Amino acid sequence: MTQTIEAPVRVERPERREVREPDRPWVVIVWDDPVNLMTYVTLVFQRLFGYPRAKAETLMLQVHHDGKAAVSAGTRERAEHDVVRLHAAGLWATMQQD
Amino acid sequence: MSHGIRPLPDGGYGVRLEPEERELLRRLAAELEQLVASEDVAVARLFPSAYRDDPRAEQEYRRLVRGTLVSGRLEALRMLQARAGSDRLTQKEADAWCGALNDLRLVLGERIGVTQELYDHGVDPDDPKAVELSIYGWLTWLQATLVDALAQVGPSGLT
Repeated sequence: MTQTIEAPVRVERPERREVREPDRPWVVIVWDDPVNLMTYVTLVFQRLFGYPRAKAETLMLQVHHDGKAAVSAGTRERAEHDVVRLHAAGLWATMQQD
Repeated sequence: MSHGIRPLPDGGYGVRLEPEERELLRRLAAELEQLVASEDVAVARLFPSAYRDDPRAEQEYRRLVRGTLVSGRLEALRMLQARAGSDRLTQKEADAWCGALNDLRLVLGERIGVTQELYDHGVDPDDPKAVELSIYGWLTWLQATLVDALAQVGPSGLT
């Protein structure tokens, strides 16, 4: 986890992706699963996104109770960067255009 | 110092485990190390989809990140094996342990079909999967003590 959280993955992207609806932000969603510890998910949100503990806990509880939560949003590149880091940490994350 | 992992006053983390527990850690990490790059069904849990409704984008995502995700996981699993006998962990080692323990739990949990109810009712000793369930429960306990220790030190450990 150290290596994967520390090192951002730079993703090379083919030209064709850039033309698709650039105005609508991409949203990163984390889904509930029965294995990841609540305390671990909170710590991952704090570390990956720099969220204060209270915000990280609120998001974790939203995942736990609602089954999912939007944890970050932005450009496609930014969202994919976040998804890779969440996957490296073992969280079940997907991305979609808002 | 009590059983488990806790932060040390002079930095780093103290590990107190029985020799058999350390051996189990080594064995579990070595087993998963052999499987991480494979097509094992349970190991697939370590590599979820990023794009649920776009197979083409998903294929591209996997092509680009799979190698990085595999090598990060292998590094952490090797760190866990190499330092399984240690009484002290650096921040970097503790972070690697946390990721490797989480991966072990994800794969084992996938194999034995862990559900939320498991936490509510505990392990039935007559369950045919009682051994795996006990190992899962022990890994959960160990990771929980480590996460608490990491959280006490603060979220900026990795920076």
